[in-house]
Amino acid sequence: MSKKILRRAGFLAATLAASIFTGAQAAEPIKIGSFLSVTGPASFLGDPELKTLELYVERINAAGGVIGRPLELVHYDDAGDASAARNFASRLVRSDRVDIIVGGSTTGATMAAVPLIEQARMPFISLAGAVVITDPVKKWVFKTPQSDRAAAERVLQDMKSRGITKVGLISGTGGFGRSGREQTLAMVGKMGMEVVADVTYSPSDTDMTAQLTRIRNTPGVEAVFNFGFGQSPAIVTRNYAQLGIDLPFYQSHGVASDRFLDLLGDAGEGLRLPASPLLVPDSLPNSDPQKAVVTSYKKLYEERWNMQVSTFGGYAHDGLMLAVEAIEKAGSTDREAVRKALESIQGYVGVTGVFNMSSTDHNGLSADSFRILEVKNGKWKLIN
Amino acid sequence: MLKNFLQMRLKGLVVLAVIVLLLPLFFNNPFHYDLATQIAIFAATVVGLNLLVGFAGQISLGHAGFFGVGAYFSAVMTGTYGWTPLPTMLVAAVVVALLAWLVGRPILKLKGHYLSMATLAMGFIIAIIINNEGWLTGGPDGMPVAPFSIFGWELSSFNQYSLFGIEFGGDVAWYFFAGFLLLVAVWIAENIIDSPIGRALRSVHGSEIAARVVGVDTSYYKSLVFVVSAVYASLMGSIYAHFSGFITPHLASFEQSIVLITMVVLGGMASTFGVILGAVVLKLLPQVLADFQELEMMMFGLILMLTMIFMPKGLFPTLQNKLAERKRKKSEEQA
Repeated sequence: MSKKILRRAGFLAATLAASIFTGAQAAEPIKIGSFLSVTGPASFLGDPELKTLELYVERINAAGGVIGRPLELVHYDDAGDASAARNFASRLVRSDRVDIIVGGSTTGATMAAVPLIEQARMPFISLAGAVVITDPVKKWVFKTPQSDRAAAERVLQDMKSRGITKVGLISGTGGFGRSGREQTLAMVGKMGMEVVADVTYSPSDTDMTAQLTRIRNTPGVEAVFNFGFGQSPAIVTRNYAQLGIDLPFYQSHGVASDRFLDLLGDAGEGLRLPASPLLVPDSLPNSDPQKAVVTSYKKLYEERWNMQVSTFGGYAHDGLMLAVEAIEKAGSTDREAVRKALESIQGYVGVTGVFNMSSTDHNGLSADSFRILEVKNGKWKLIN
Repeated sequence: MLKNFLQMRLKGLVVLAVIVLLLPLFFNNPFHYDLATQIAIFAATVVGLNLLVGFAGQISLGHAGFFGVGAYFSAVMTGTYGWTPLPTMLVAAVVVALLAWLVGRPILKLKGHYLSMATLAMGFIIAIIINNEGWLTGGPDGMPVAPFSIFGWELSSFNQYSLFGIEFGGDVAWYFFAGFLLLVAVWIAENIIDSPIGRALRSVHGSEIAARVVGVDTSYYKSLVFVVSAVYASLMGSIYAHFSGFITPHLASFEQSIVLITMVVLGGMASTFGVILGAVVLKLLPQVLADFQELEMMMFGLILMLTMIFMPKGLFPTLQNKLAERKRKKSEEQA
């Protein structure tokens, strides 16, 4: 009995000693906390985001870390469940005591964690889309994807440039579609345009012919805009082709991926959408400041993981890089200093766009950071 | 000694109180308080659900719906319309009680498991309404909730409080508040179980026909306990909303109902302390397994499966029996 206890005590002492020694060797790491929807219905967001974070943390550490300290990624999988996201955020803040959080794949997960993060005074860079995250501005919350408001604005701009003013809107009733619909309705007035038909579908619907027929039968519609996520936009596009509707058709940035093209077949010809330049790295002119960043990210990601890069991973790339930039600028991990540094980032070139943060804009991207792409011969073509 | 402790009603409550009081000795950061508070809230919810499942032998597959109604009622009324939290919570409970009575009364006149179907449908309807009425509930992305307050005294997990000169954080205050609520919930539940209502319910569970023959109005008692368990869920839903500060429709989802039922079955049906253990295990596991990354879900499923295969009566009753058996063997050896 006493032998056993002695052996255990010895083992404990050995582990303790080992941990002290490793502690003395390296500088204390900078802890980057993250909660992402790596599994579950939003895994198409969380999976590339986590892979990107892992890839770049490895690379940054290999290059000597940030302000002389290595990075340590502490991440949890919230499986798309907002309460789990809140709990993991709580764990990151209170138990792991990370220095900054980069995460939150969906708007629900982000918003569930925001009250806690705000009160804990922790810099937080969200990877989710809806405009509510940074409008109104929350002192400690930043985000890298363009907001749905910017997407709506960009699409409407492009319509206007083609002389279209009367829009038929079709949107999903999920969080993404609903927020997008509101932003579009708010934006048309400002652009001097008009939504003449406004229909919705449930994300679980398998046929949207009825809704599209209603739009087609509305007099005066000049173009159709679909704001949705996941499977539904592909079904809408197919139905659109089947009904033979001959109007310009737009999708949102929510489906801007190569995978979406595969789902469409020939049905998508002529379809336009706002997207990250990541989809068309080769078509970017050499004068484009983002070309170098985008090409290098795509190459590294595809080499490391042997799978296609996605827009969503790009959000994580920008989130991590902004965090690193801010910590370098602040010269420490002091939270207030890092927050101030984040707020003062100007002209930072990321994969998603060029970031110009300010105390009134915690997203820092303008609608122009979206490129309008068109599907031509089953490939993306850069329009402008 | 231990056996007596586990079996006696009041002593069980005392043991639980001691556990709640002493647990903070093992906490070393605010996250532990945060997690323990949630466990207490969910434990109190399933203590109520257990009255229905364990004692009346009826299954509710829509209990998260009641939890969600309580949470959203509190969130909307305190947030949008400026009501004070405590009365709002009580009004929510009355609304939920009426709803449960409306659903339960006609259904529970029938024999068999019709209640599960009715509650399943009701849970879905509640979740759909919360999801779709975005102007009121914030839709799928959820809505923020104001902190809890009692008579103008605000309880937020981020404030600092001082009592008799001792400084402590809001997370500690919340933990003891939730622990207190759990004790009250258990006390009420234990009293219901040991009252004529409880005995009537157990007779229903044993044999409904026999119960009716001796003059027990079975459908009345079943509806009554259904309402009580729904009120438990609603009150705890309100508390959870104020505690977490942000709620999403996921709270009212079918998955969440299943989680609640699993807590009951895993911990041990018809054992008040068993279901608390069920809540502890089910809430702790995801955090403990988080370090296993991809294997998390697999291990979670495996643990549940093995528990059900080797401990079909649930964790607590099985452990209790084991202890009792060992004790008996020991006394036999001595004799």
